Amino acid sequence: MRMSSEKTLARTGVYAFLVISAAFFLMPFYVMVVTSLKTMDEIRVTSIFALPDTPTLQAWVTAWQSACTGLNCNGLSVGFFNSVMIMVPATVFSILLGAVTGYALSFWRPKGTGLIFGILLVAAFIPYQVFIYPLVRMLSQVGLYNSLAGIVAIHVIFGMPIMVLLFRNYYAGLPRDLFSAARVDGGGFWVIFIRLILPLSPPILIVAVILQSTHIWNDFLFGLVFAGSDNQPMTVLLNNIVNSTQGEKAYNVNMAATILTAAVPLIIYLASGRWFVRGIAAGAVKG
Amino acid sequence: MAKFSGTRAHVYLAMLPVWIIVLVALVSSTVWTFVISLTNSKLLPVYKFNFFHQYELLLKQPAWQVAVSNLIVFGVLFIAICLVFGFVMAIMMDQRIRGEAFFRTVFLYPYAMSFVVTGLVWQWVLNPGFGIQAAVRGLGFENFTFDWIVQPDRAIYILVLAAVWQGSGLVMAILLAGLRGVDEDLWKATRIDGIAKWRVYTSIVLPIIAPMAATATVLLAVSVVKAYDLVVALTGGGPGNATEVPAKFVMENLFARQNVALANAGAIMMLVAVIAILVPMYYARRYMAQKAEV
Repeated sequence: MRMSSEKTLARTGVYAFLVISAAFFLMPFYVMVVTSLKTMDEIRVTSIFALPDTPTLQAWVTAWQSACTGLNCNGLSVGFFNSVMIMVPATVFSILLGAVTGYALSFWRPKGTGLIFGILLVAAFIPYQVFIYPLVRMLSQVGLYNSLAGIVAIHVIFGMPIMVLLFRNYYAGLPRDLFSAARVDGGGFWVIFIRLILPLSPPILIVAVILQSTHIWNDFLFGLVFAGSDNQPMTVLLNNIVNSTQGEKAYNVNMAATILTAAVPLIIYLASGRWFVRGIAAGAVKG
Repeated sequence: MAKFSGTRAHVYLAMLPVWIIVLVALVSSTVWTFVISLTNSKLLPVYKFNFFHQYELLLKQPAWQVAVSNLIVFGVLFIAICLVFGFVMAIMMDQRIRGEAFFRTVFLYPYAMSFVVTGLVWQWVLNPGFGIQAAVRGLGFENFTFDWIVQPDRAIYILVLAAVWQGSGLVMAILLAGLRGVDEDLWKATRIDGIAKWRVYTSIVLPIIAPMAATATVLLAVSVVKAYDLVVALTGGGPGNATEVPAKFVMENLFARQNVALANAGAIMMLVAVIAILVPMYYARRYMAQKAEV
C-alpha cells in the first residue's frame, strides 16, 4: 500500500516536471502568437500573456507587405522569396555533391580518401570567422560577391563537411558485396551510383534534405556577409526590421514577422517528426 | 584494361569539386587568414609582416578581453545547464510516460528555429516595459523586478537563458537515445537488488551514456565559440559591452572598423579555442575506446 502511494507521488512528480518544462518551452511561442494578433493600443495596456480582445491579422499583413527597414518598406515577403531562391539550389547541390563524394569515398576509395575525410571532419568544427575574409576576397575576384550564385556557393561549401560525413557513414553501412557484384558485372562509376546506390539512399536523402534546408533557412551570418542587399535572406531582413527601427517599435508587426520567419523550419520539423531527430543523431555523429 | 582506367578517371572527376572546395575554400582560406593576421592590414591585405604584433594588440584590447570573459561565463553556464536540464528531461521522458511524442516535440521545437528568431522572441518576452516584468507588476506586485536584459552585470545570464531554451532539447534527444540503449536486464537486476532508481541513473547509467554526453558537450561547446546571431538579435552586444562575444568582435573589425589583420588574429584565436576543446576530447575518446577493448 505504502509502495503504491509512493509510486503515485513519483508519477505526479514526473508529470509535474514535464508539464512545467513544456510550459517554459511553449511560453515564448504563445506570447509571440498573441502579440501578433493584437493592435499596438492593446499591447500598451494589456499583459503580454493576455489573449487578444479582438484578434486581428493586420500585423501579419503589415509584416508581410510593408514592414520597413530604413527607407525600404516592402515587407518581409522579399526576404521570404530570397530565402527560397537561396535554399532550393543550395540544398540540391550540396546534397548531390555530398552523395556522390560519400559514394566515391566509401566504395572506390580514391587516393587521398583519408586526407579529404580528415580535413572535412576538422572543418566541420572550425568557426566560420576563420574563412570569411578570404572567401569575400575570392568571390569578389570572380565577381560572385553579393550575388545569388555567391551565397549558394557558400552554402554548398559549408554544407560539404556534414553532407560528405553523412553519406559516407550511411554508405559504409551498406553491404560491400552488392558493390563488388555490380563491379563484376562491369558497372562503371556512374552506372553503379544511379542504378544501385541511389535507389538504396532515400532514408539518408530525407535526413539530408531536412538538415540542409533548415540549416540554410536559419542561416544569418552567411546571408549577412555574402548575399548582398538584393538577395538578403529572411533572417537578415527580419533582424533589420526589428532591430534597426527608430522610434517606437511595432511589436505586433515584429512578432508576426518573427513567426513568419520561423514558419518554414517549424513546418519542416513538425512534418518530419522522427526524421528530424534522426538528422540530429546523424549530425551528432560528427562529434 | 582501358575500360578500367576510364572508370578510374570518372572517380577522380567526381572527386574534383570536393577537392577544390577543400583545398581552395577551406585549407587555403585558413592559411590566408593566418598570414593576414601576421601583417598590418587595415582595409585591404598588405603583406608587410609584423608577426605576432596583432595578437599582442588583440590580447591587450579591453574589448577583446571583455568578449572572451563574456564567452567563458556564457559557455560554462550554458553547457552546464543544458547538460543537467537535458539529462533530467531525458530521464523523465524515459519513465514510460503518456504523451511522450508531444513532450518530445515541445522540448525540441526551439532547436528547429534560428538563433535570430530565438533572440528576438526573448528580447520581447523580457522587455522591461511590456514583458514578464510588466505582466507580474500588473498582477499587483508593484515592486517585482526582472530587467536583467538591460542590466550590464546581468544581461549575460539572459543570453544563457535564451540559448538554453533553444539548445537543451537537443541534449535531451541525444541522451534519451542513449537511455533507450541501456540494457533492460540492468534495470531488472538493480530492481531485484533494491537499488534506488536515482542511484542507478547517477552511478550506473550515466557512465554508460557518457559517450553521448561527450558528443552533446562537444556540439554545445562548438556552438558557444561560434555564438554570434543570438547576440546580435537578442542584445546587440549590450547594454554597453555586457554581452559582446569574440565572433562579433571579429565581424565588426572585418566589416565596420576595417581592421582586417586584427580581426583575423581574433578568428585564429577562436580556432585555437576550438582545437583546445577538440584535441583533449579526441584523445579521451581514444583512451576510453582502448580501455573498452582490453
